[in-house]
Amino acid sequence: MNKSIFLSIAFHSVMIFLTALTLPYMMRTPIDLPPILTVDLIQITDKTSIPFAAKANKILEKLKKKEDEKRVVSQQAPPSEKKKEKPDRIPLPDDLNKEKKEIVKKKQNPKEVKEQVRQASEFEKKELFDPNQIAALIDKSKEETAETLKENKKLTQSSVKNSFANALTLSQEDALKAQIFGCWSLPLGLPYQKNLMVRIKLRLKKDGTVLKSEILDHARMNMPGEGFYKVLAESALRAIRMCQPLRVPPTGYEKWKDLQLNFDANEMLKG
Amino acid sequence: MKKLISIIFYFLITTNQSFALVEVDITRGNLDPLPIAVSPLYIEPGSKDVKQDDKIIKNVGEEISKVIEINFKRSGLFNPLKKDSFVQNPDIAHIKPRFEDWRLIKAQALVTGKVTVTEDKLRAEFRLWDVVSGKEMLALAFSTTPDNWRRVAHIISDKIYQRLTGEDGYFDSRIVYVSETGPKTQRYKKLAIMDQDGANVKYLTLGNELVLTPRFSPTNQLVTYLSYFRNLPRVYLLDIETGVQEVVGDFPGMTFAPRFSPDGKKIIMSFAKDGNSDIYTMNIESRVVERITDHTSIDTSPSYSPDGKYICFNSDRSGYQQIYVMRSDGSNVKRISFKKGIYGTPVWSPRGDLIAFTKMTGGKFYIGVMRADGSGERLLTENFYQEAPSWSPNGRVLIFYRETKTDSEGKGFSATLWSIDLTGYNERLIETETDGSDPSWSSLLSK
Repeated sequence: MNKSIFLSIAFHSVMIFLTALTLPYMMRTPIDLPPILTVDLIQITDKTSIPFAAKANKILEKLKKKEDEKRVVSQQAPPSEKKKEKPDRIPLPDDLNKEKKEIVKKKQNPKEVKEQVRQASEFEKKELFDPNQIAALIDKSKEETAETLKENKKLTQSSVKNSFANALTLSQEDALKAQIFGCWSLPLGLPYQKNLMVRIKLRLKKDGTVLKSEILDHARMNMPGEGFYKVLAESALRAIRMCQPLRVPPTGYEKWKDLQLNFDANEMLKG
Repeated sequence: MKKLISIIFYFLITTNQSFALVEVDITRGNLDPLPIAVSPLYIEPGSKDVKQDDKIIKNVGEEISKVIEINFKRSGLFNPLKKDSFVQNPDIAHIKPRFEDWRLIKAQALVTGKVTVTEDKLRAEFRLWDVVSGKEMLALAFSTTPDNWRRVAHIISDKIYQRLTGEDGYFDSRIVYVSETGPKTQRYKKLAIMDQDGANVKYLTLGNELVLTPRFSPTNQLVTYLSYFRNLPRVYLLDIETGVQEVVGDFPGMTFAPRFSPDGKKIIMSFAKDGNSDIYTMNIESRVVERITDHTSIDTSPSYSPDGKYICFNSDRSGYQQIYVMRSDGSNVKRISFKKGIYGTPVWSPRGDLIAFTKMTGGKFYIGVMRADGSGERLLTENFYQEAPSWSPNGRVLIFYRETKTDSEGKGFSATLWSIDLTGYNERLIETETDGSDPSWSSLLSK
């Protein structure tokens, strides 16, 4: 009996102690977060020639000092054609690799990146454009790192996850819309007072070409007084054919392979 | 238990793999006219030249394609591509178009065909192709007398227009108007009829008497108009085919704006009696006159709705000339125009959805449209002086006339026919041999 009372008191004491420790955190005033800014993601191509930021230069200089051999470090990002020369120009000695691993640990998905690096053969390593190092140099920007990784599909596990989280990002959706806007010639004689929307379901290939297209309100085509609908649907199908391959993301095929395009002429013709 | 867990685990995985359908809204597009290539119709070997009046037309296939192109260009909905850019010749194109060649010049639709002309017969066949998908959209053939080749071109234009826009065309139609010559103070006015593109002009009267407000009957065979005989206005009926002219009525006082009912059995008009102008109908067969409005104000310019159930007209019963709508028996009169200005010449659209009108405000004249309930008023065009809109058979285009100012010497006056579509952007002059006014558009001839 005494033993159980003792245990109960002990446990309760521990609980009270823990509560006393944690409650002050809850009493803290909420962090004043800055407003969320929308940033357009820009893909960094292999042929980029954007000069490094000043901060990146400093990091480069530090790396340079650690090198035993004297190497000339370019002030600019290496062009894609010179990828093979990159390991010669910026070698990765052991100490540099250690530092790199430390940097990688600070990222969102360090394990996956490491696995990918491990999987690559020594030959591949030389061939590969090392995004981690560039990411470290360019101010550790998460967004830009993700986009850089996308450039190299062999090192894109983190980016794949990002695409799966959203089927199409806003910028990807905008790119697709902008492409179809240019291809869609609206039939100008449509009656203003009618419902001028055509929904088309598409099955896409990975490269954005159309495998199958289906007009969802097909029955409307043969309805009396809806002759314009056929014309509208044909114009939409024509636009898709003219536009293909559609501008789809390079990843996340499973998410966007079935795509529904809602061609709505109401806004344009009714004003 | 293990099985159950593995099943739950399997479903969790599989449901995670199925994604919701991604939807993308396309709310903008290209409003440019549709690029269309009209390949000259191939002339079948052994075909004869076409004789028309004093002219000999050697390549009627090319002439037909030109008429089609002009129709499309004027519609504002299509952009006929220049023939210089065509890669494929008509002799091959009419058999099997090479779509890559037509895609190269950015054509989205293609018209090909061939013509066979014998002594007394012209046979034209055409095909409409969707260049992007490489599929045939339409294929038809027509036979007629060789001198009727322009009508064949208009009928082909209508069929293509209908297939590509979903609404009826208006190219195979005619316009009756008042042809005017001479100085402003001494105008000679004759009734004239022409194709909607200004070709094939024929004069129906000699110009001895003043003629006004000609209007087509629904069958297009008759024209009713107003003519002054011994300074008294009379309503006439003219049979276009036979040229027979007939006085419908010799009404006391001033008569205005006769117009057919949609069934063609009645003429509706206004005439002044005892100093008061009201709206009347007259049965063409029985000549029985029926009074529709009975008001102390001036009621004029009546026009039936396409179903014949309603009549729109203008009246100054509110103090200013405004547009009103009533039932065809004269009951339930409702004012539909309420904005600033004076409204006149209301005409009900063949579609039934809109009423076109002339409006005068701020010293300028406008041609505009509003819905039958008076909402959605839109002014399409503005000018020094313009009036009398008349609808195309499909209710998409309006024809009207415009007059210019005279200079200090009384010169420079002109009256011209113009057309404008419902967008208000596609305004075009219809070229006529003489000055023209009071146009009236027929319904489709080949319906």
